[in-house]
Amino acid sequence: MQRLVLIAVPYAWLLALFLVPFAIVFKISLSDIALAIPPYTPTLDDGLATFFAALDFENFTFLASDDLYWKAYLSSLQIASVSTVLTLFVAYPIAYGMARAPQEWRPTLMMLVILPFWTSFLIRVYAWMGILSQEGFLNQFLLWTGIVGQPLTILNTNIAVYIGIVYTYLPFMILPIYAALDRLDGSLIEAAEDLGCSRFQAFWLVTIPLSRNGIIAGSFLVFIPALGEFVIPSLLGGSQTLMIGKVLWEEFFNNRDWPVASAVAVILLLILIVPIVLFQRNQQKQAEQDA
Amino acid sequence: MAQTVFAPWDEPAEKPLIRFRNVTKRFGSFVAIDDLTLDIFEREFFALLGPSGCGKTTMMRMLAGFEDPTAGAIELAGEDIAAVPPNKRAVNMMFQSYALFPHLSVYENIAFGLRRDKRPKADLDDRVAEMLKLTRLEKFARRKPHQISGGQRQRVALARSLAKAPKLLLLDEPLGALDAKLRQATQFELMDIQEKTGTTFVIVTHDQEEAMTVASRVAVMDEGRIMQVATPERIYEAPDSVYVADFIGEVNIVSGRARAIGDERYAVEWQEGQTPLIAASERPFADGQPCHLALRPEKVAIHAEQPSDIDNAVQGKILDIAYLGNLSTYHVEVPGGQVIKAQTANTRRISRRSYTWEDTVWLSWTPTAGVLLPE
Repeated sequence: MQRLVLIAVPYAWLLALFLVPFAIVFKISLSDIALAIPPYTPTLDDGLATFFAALDFENFTFLASDDLYWKAYLSSLQIASVSTVLTLFVAYPIAYGMARAPQEWRPTLMMLVILPFWTSFLIRVYAWMGILSQEGFLNQFLLWTGIVGQPLTILNTNIAVYIGIVYTYLPFMILPIYAALDRLDGSLIEAAEDLGCSRFQAFWLVTIPLSRNGIIAGSFLVFIPALGEFVIPSLLGGSQTLMIGKVLWEEFFNNRDWPVASAVAVILLLILIVPIVLFQRNQQKQAEQDA
Repeated sequence: MAQTVFAPWDEPAEKPLIRFRNVTKRFGSFVAIDDLTLDIFEREFFALLGPSGCGKTTMMRMLAGFEDPTAGAIELAGEDIAAVPPNKRAVNMMFQSYALFPHLSVYENIAFGLRRDKRPKADLDDRVAEMLKLTRLEKFARRKPHQISGGQRQRVALARSLAKAPKLLLLDEPLGALDAKLRQATQFELMDIQEKTGTTFVIVTHDQEEAMTVASRVAVMDEGRIMQVATPERIYEAPDSVYVADFIGEVNIVSGRARAIGDERYAVEWQEGQTPLIAASERPFADGQPCHLALRPEKVAIHAEQPSDIDNAVQGKILDIAYLGNLSTYHVEVPGGQVIKAQTANTRRISRRSYTWEDTVWLSWTPTAGVLLPE
C-alpha cells in the first residue's frame, strides 16, 4: 500500500502536469482555426460526435507543404548542433581546469560557474545586446584598440545567437564534464605516461574516453533546450535567423493560429524525443557502471 | 654440485643497475628522503619496507619519474635519469590501485604500452598472448576490468607492466588489496614470474612477511633513511639496530649495561639482584656501555623446573597465553616487571598443556640466541 502511494505521487504529477497538457495541445493541433474564444473549433460544447468528426490532420499536412516550417526545423537543428559543439569546446577546458585545481579552490570555482543563475536569464540576454550592438562595449573596445576600423555587425546575426546560447548553457556543459573529470583516478594518467604516452596522448587516450559520459550528458543538456530556444534568437538574432521556437511564438501570438502553433509544438516534441531517449540511456548506462 | 648463490651485492666488480647517490627529496619543509645512497643490482627482487610515511613510495615514484630528486642523482644502468620523462624510461610500474584503464579490455590494457611503440600487429599480438599466458589470463582477454575478480585484476596490472619488457619493474604494494590466502599464492607467483623474465623487481610494501618471502634483499626504511639493507635472513637474525629488530617480527628487548667477560662474550647487567645475562657479540662493547639484548620469542625456551647447564635462566610468572594454532606465545613477567615473550611450537594437540596462567616458570636461552645492540 505504502509502495503504491509512493509510486502514485510522481505518476500523478506527470499525468497532471505533462500528459494532460500534452493531450490538450495535441487536440488543438487537430482542430481548425476559428474567430472565437478559444480561437479554434471544435470544442467539447459541440457534443462528442461532432467533436471527434471535426478533428483532422490538416495542420500537419500544411506544415509539410509550407517549406518555412521544415526549413525552420532544419535551421534550429543546425544552430542547436553547432552551439552544442561550440559550448563543448569552451566548457571542456574550464571543467578540466576546475578538476585539476587545488581541492580548496574547487567549491569557489563551482560557485562561480553557478553564479550567473542568480540573475534573471532575460536580463543576462539583454546585457548581451548592450555588449554586441554597433555602439556596444565590444565594438568600442575593438575600435579603441584599433583591431577594426569599422564597427562589426554582430547583434541581430546568427553569430549573436551562437554567443547567446553558448553563454547561457555553458554551466549545463561544465558541470557534468567536471563531475566526470573529478572522479577520474589520477594514477590512470600516470599509468598511461609510464607506459609510454606523452602528456597529450595520455589526455587523448585516457582522459577524453573516461569523461565521455560527462560529454554526452552535457551535450544533451545543451542541445535539447537550445533546439526549442525562443528568447535568444528573438532578442539577439536577426530577421534571417530562423528557429522553430520563434516561428511557434509568431504563429501563436501574431497570427493567433493556435491549431498550427500546436502542430509545430507537437512535431518539435517528436523531434526531441530522440535525443531525450538517448540521453536517458546514457544516464542509465553510467549509473550501471558506477554500481 | 656447487650451486652459485645469487649475491651480486657481495661482488665488488658487479655494476649496479640502479644507484641512488645522496638523494634528498623535500616537499616544502618536509624531508621525504634524507641523503640516501643505495645500489640495486640486475635481476634482484628488492623490497623497500617501512611504515607509511617512511619515504618508500617517494623512492619508487622517483624511479618511475613522477618525482624529481631535490638533490643527488639517480642512475639507471650508469646513466643519470633525472632529465628523462616517465614515458621515455625503460621502467614500468605496477600501481597500488592497479590503475587499469576501465574503458579498455584486458587485451587492450596489456597492449596499451606496446601500441605506443608502434610495433607491427603480429608482433604485438604475440607479445600480448605471451603475457596472457604468463599470467594465466587467456580466458579473460575480452573482458573489461570491472568484469573480473581482484586477483585477476592484479595479474592484468602485472602483465601490462611487464609487456614492454622493462629493465626495471616497480611494484607499489602490489598485493595490498588481496585477501591473505590469495596473497600468499600470489607472492610465489610473483617470484616465479620474476625468475622467468629475469626482470629486476623493486617492491614497496609495509608487510614485513611479504618482503621476507619475495625479496632477495630488504631495505628497512624509517623517516626517509635506510636503516639496514640485507638479505631477509640477516635482517631477521642479525638486525643492526633496535628499530630494525623491533620492526621485523616479534622481539624482546632487554636493556642493560655490557661488561666484557671473554672473547666476544659479554655479561649484561639488566636488573639489580639478578644474575647478569650472557650474550655473544662480534660487535665490541665497552664496559658499562648501555646496550639492548634483542631476543626473538621462538629462541626462548620455557621450563617448569630451573634448567641446569644453560647460561641464561630467568624465573617468572605467566601473565598471558596467546594461542595461535601452530604456536603458543607465553607472556612471562620477570623480576623488575618486564614481560618476556616465549614461543613454543604446538607439535602435539592441545589436550594437555603443560603451563597455565599464574604458573611460575623458568625461561632460558643460549648466549648466541640474542643480538646485542648499542643504544
